[in-house]
Amino acid sequence: MEPFKCITGIVAPMMAANIDTDVIMPKQFLKGIDRRGLDKGTFHDQRFLNDGTENPTFILNQSPWRQASFLVTGPNFGCGSSREHAVWGLKQLGIRALIGISFAGIFNDNCQRNGVLTITLDQKALKRIEQTATDGVDHRITVDLTEQRITAGDDTILFDIDALKKHMLVAGLDAIDYTLQYKEDIQQFEQRHFLANPWLKS
Amino acid sequence: MIRSKTLYEKLVDAHTVRTLDDQGNVLLYIDRSILNEYTSPQAFSGLREAAREIWNPGTLLLNVDHVNPTRPERTPAMTDAGGELQVNYFRENSQYFGIELFDVMDKRQGIEHVVAPEQGWVLPGMVIAAGDSHTSTYGAFGALGFGIGTSEIEHLMATQTLVYKKLKTMRVSVVGLPPEAITAKDIIILLIESIGADGATGYAIEFTGEVFWALSVEGRMTVCNMAVEAGARGAFSAPDEKVFTYLKSTPRAPQNTLWQQAIAHWRALKSDDDAVFDKEIQLDCTGIEPRMTWGISPDQAGGISASVPDPATVTDPQKRRDIESALNYMGLTPGMPFDEIEITHAFIGSCTNGRIEDLRAAARVVKGRKVSPHVRAMIVPGSTQVRQKAEQEGLAQIFIDAGFEWRQSGCSMCLAMNEDVLSAGDRCASSTNRNFPGRQGAGSRTHLMSPAMVAAAAIAGHLVDVRHFVEGA
Repeated sequence: MEPFKCITGIVAPMMAANIDTDVIMPKQFLKGIDRRGLDKGTFHDQRFLNDGTENPTFILNQSPWRQASFLVTGPNFGCGSSREHAVWGLKQLGIRALIGISFAGIFNDNCQRNGVLTITLDQKALKRIEQTATDGVDHRITVDLTEQRITAGDDTILFDIDALKKHMLVAGLDAIDYTLQYKEDIQQFEQRHFLANPWLKS
Repeated sequence: MIRSKTLYEKLVDAHTVRTLDDQGNVLLYIDRSILNEYTSPQAFSGLREAAREIWNPGTLLLNVDHVNPTRPERTPAMTDAGGELQVNYFRENSQYFGIELFDVMDKRQGIEHVVAPEQGWVLPGMVIAAGDSHTSTYGAFGALGFGIGTSEIEHLMATQTLVYKKLKTMRVSVVGLPPEAITAKDIIILLIESIGADGATGYAIEFTGEVFWALSVEGRMTVCNMAVEAGARGAFSAPDEKVFTYLKSTPRAPQNTLWQQAIAHWRALKSDDDAVFDKEIQLDCTGIEPRMTWGISPDQAGGISASVPDPATVTDPQKRRDIESALNYMGLTPGMPFDEIEITHAFIGSCTNGRIEDLRAAARVVKGRKVSPHVRAMIVPGSTQVRQKAEQEGLAQIFIDAGFEWRQSGCSMCLAMNEDVLSAGDRCASSTNRNFPGRQGAGSRTHLMSPAMVAAAAIAGHLVDVRHFVEGA
């Protein structure tokens, strides 16, 4: 997995509530068996008009947000379908972190597994990031995961993250390799589990 | 003294291989999974590329549902290149890894969350994770079911575990005296409406209360299924005699002494009397009306006799903007009575409401009536078995006589990954679970409601109170 340490880039505002994974990655882009080509699908029905040309009113079609590395988001971002395609697409579009008030559970885990950082802030701190995204001088922020710090000009915001999640993101650890270090624990657990619940053994 | 525990804590503790930190992260053992053709391919490819083995293929079940056509004549072929690619790769992975597959021609095929319970694949006390958000359905059996992404499917297949962060607990007591016409779907929409689309984010919900216990196992599945639309990553209830009766006749239920052992164990699966929940909600269903959604999020809902809300009366600017954009997308004007909203389509099916009980409820409304001439109405049974049963009971004929299309099973127009897609501007009364923009087709408009309400709307040609059609629908 691509590590996340410290990244500087443009932040785009996307403050509507309940932006769901159907909107992030519409159904017509779900028919592959690999992860490729999903940048085009990301926010497709909002990013493009019926004739296939760009929708000029969509934030990520406007300068400078076209180059955004981060999104500042409204409540419950990523709700709905479990489709990881939404996260693959965001990443292929260049998004490396999402900063919001709340994220849907499955989406949040999918981000973690793909090296996309999700940061949850309170309303007040989020407002400051939203301001930078909307009206900031250069709309740029620095997200430093190592220091758990976002800087926007002179403004500094600290954020919380689970030590385990941080460790895996900063090191870019493969989750399966991480878990397989406990292979013997799993085997031992399984023996006890089948003994206690013999009808589960298949 | 042993600390009292909620059912959630008991389920998680019984599946904790080891704790990973003091923040609530654990390595959680997963008993079983069911995989579909669209969220699994990259997980299988990941295993192949890393030359990893599957921990225990016997705990996995493959089932085609998302992309297959639902045309009345069933064939093994898909109707588009992408679907064909996915289903063929699915078949290949079934062979390669030695995993059982319910292919499209199989009599056991259907929507995964209808099929798994039907087969007795889901048992009380299990933890089940699967690549579909509506895996929460299995909570109706006293199992912890939750949706995961593709990377997690790969992780699960390779290790039989997930790195899991424990959730907070919420108890929802469904109480009161609901009118007879109120169904499980009305109850869950009411809950989502009350607590919001993120009202249960970060929580696992345990359902209880006399109104919940009065529901059939199918009805409880509807409630647990759609709890994810309030953000719950896990929604369940303690297993009771209704659950055991349901399971007893399923093909994969434990037999003989194992059944006796299992049932003794399952009877103990409940929250301790004095267990403490992080949040308690009372959902009073006294006198409620049938529910329906008017917006683009499942919490934008109301009773059928109400009207389209007016954003001008909302003070919070963000909420006002959200309502404005919902009405704009839905093509609705403030103050318009809900029962004057004309529809072009009616859809009955999905993992939320595609079970036999749902079709019976719809048939009671439809019997002896005709679908409105300007409405295309479809019934897509939740599984091939449900379809067969409905044919045996004469329900299929009632639908066909009324002008409904009687189709084969699959996810179909719930998410429109197959050819069952609405066009821009179409408006659908739908027994499904999501009214997101474009969910049933780019630019299409979805109103969620119970199967009986959809049936009534199909006949009236507009949204309508089902109580005008049948006593106790």
